[in-house]
Amino acid sequence: MSNILEKPKSFYTDFTRKGSADVITTHYCPGCGHGILHKMIAEAISELGIQDRTVFISPVGCSVFAYYYFDTGNVQVAHGRAPAAGTGVKRALPNSIVISYQGDGDLAAIGTAEIIHSANRGEAMTMFFVNNAIYGMTGGQMAPTSIIGQKTTTSPYGRKAENEGYPIKVSELISQLDAPVYVERVSLADVASRNKARTVVRKAIQNQIDGKGFSFVEVLAACPSGLKKTPLETNEWVKNTLHTIFPLGCYKDETATRTPRFAPAINPTSDQVLTALNLKDDHSDYKASVDKKNFIDQNVKIAGFGGQGVLSAGTTLSVLAMYENLEVSWIPSYGPEMRGGTSNCNVRLSNKRIGSPLVENPNILIAMNGPSLEKFESAVRPGGTIIVNSSIIDAKVSRKDVKTYYVPVTGIATEMGVPAAQGVAALAAYLAATNVIPVEKLEHVVHKSLKRKELADKNIAIIRKVAEYITKGMEDNKKCLTGF
Amino acid sequence: MKVPRVEIRIEECKGCHLCIAACPKKVLESSGCLNNQGYIYAKYKGDGCIGCGICFYSCPEPGAIKVFKKEN
Ligand SMILES: Cc1ncc(C[n+]2csc(CCOP(=O)(O)OP(=O)(O)O)c2C)c(N)n1
Ligand code: SF4
Ligand code: SF4
Repeated sequence: MSNILEKPKSFYTDFTRKGSADVITTHYCPGCGHGILHKMIAEAISELGIQDRTVFISPVGCSVFAYYYFDTGNVQVAHGRAPAAGTGVKRALPNSIVISYQGDGDLAAIGTAEIIHSANRGEAMTMFFVNNAIYGMTGGQMAPTSIIGQKTTTSPYGRKAENEGYPIKVSELISQLDAPVYVERVSLADVASRNKARTVVRKAIQNQIDGKGFSFVEVLAACPSGLKKTPLETNEWVKNTLHTIFPLGCYKDETATRTPRFAPAINPTSDQVLTALNLKDDHSDYKASVDKKNFIDQNVKIAGFGGQGVLSAGTTLSVLAMYENLEVSWIPSYGPEMRGGTSNCNVRLSNKRIGSPLVENPNILIAMNGPSLEKFESAVRPGGTIIVNSSIIDAKVSRKDVKTYYVPVTGIATEMGVPAAQGVAALAAYLAATNVIPVEKLEHVVHKSLKRKELADKNIAIIRKVAEYITKGMEDNKKCLTGF
Repeated sequence: MKVPRVEIRIEECKGCHLCIAACPKKVLESSGCLNNQGYIYAKYKGDGCIGCGICFYSCPEPGAIKVFKKEN
């Protein structure tokens, strides 16, 4: 043990939240419990030697910016969803240490379902629940944990059980479930409680390291701003009032008797993935042609209106890339309309594992209609490529730092009798223009996304026609560096 | 430098004074002065720290307090 107590190493050296003027202090108010708990967690992470495999899940609430402080993996999630996002992280990366952190509005109001079900499934995570009996971030509204009689901006006459129900005792609730291993309520309001809290924080994290499962720590904490008291008065209030309503102590501890369980890392081979997606059988004769080692990441956005085959163009590209043994992700984004709404999909192809499936700055934009070009043109990375469906889009690309190909994909597909193949036609244009994967390879997979298999031949003809259009265009435009 | 001792970094202190209330030896006090952020920062009286670290775990700011314990 070091002889010096100082800022734990699991915190960033500089906190950049407030810009360069102040990189040393947090955004928390004076006397806020979040800061004290952060310090205990950071110290435990450092001393347990898990900094490089910890993923911290920040909630919505005052601790929304925790990722500015913890030098660990970080995910900031939607209001109340930390246990759900944490579940995903833990299951995808079983060797990670997932720390889910939530306030009482986040956990016990909007996120009630997530916390109960993650506890009930016994997800192997460490959960910190900051109960300050108020919504801090939004300015002191009543929380599910506010006490009877407590005056807040939304209970100006004091909370009444008849009207707003009783303060929810979350630790008691969670401890009634079978799956959780460890449930304890601590406080930060006085020296003795803080000493205890440090031990409990560490134990709840150690449990996860030991494969023991769901550990839940409720932390009674001061929110001086929300309570409209000084920090010292708030701590007195926590001690004299909250401690009596939310008794401190251990509500469940099966740490000693639970057998450790370590989920195996899920690392399916491409073959297993293809089998699971029912795409395996007839690809035996497929020969991959991509030089995987030198493959340049493709961040593709395909955008158009519903019914243009935008989403299935994305899946077709994904399947093709899987056959090429690349790492692939595909994620759609569309409105509730079946047809006529806008839709787009993000496809990422890489030779490395893909972290996030989102494509904010595509290097390939396939714009199937005007609004899509308008919306995404500026997001394309310099040096990227834009495929413009010139049958529908009259506008020209104004960017000079991208390559543009104007291809009448709707026209070509319609002329060949299959308007529904305009998405495939656009894909063919992209592959023919960039040669990321040889365009002929598309012919092997195009039938996969077809409901009517008899259209396969027509699709192949469309692919060839588009490829020819591009090659011819390139020859005609030998001198033109920005495409045609 | 003498150990044990405590250092409070003026610009990292938010003036909540939780450390002052927590110190069992009562060797921390309000400086009565404002730092650049506008907080009345806490300060060490200069003598009497036993290096227990209680103030460190009372302080919400990650780096405001540094405690130098006795060499073991
Ligand atoms: C979906 C959604 N609904 C409402 C809000 C507004 N909102 C932001 S923080 C918050 C409550 C935070 O309270 P708590 O979880 O107790 O955290 P604290 O700020 O006290 O740490 C609310 C309702 C939001 N951001 N998103
Ligand atoms: S509003 Fe309350 S919870 Fe939020 S930072 Fe301030 S003291 Fe902390
Ligand atoms: S606890 Fe920290 S922020 Fe509060 S007065 Fe003491 S040094 Fe300053």
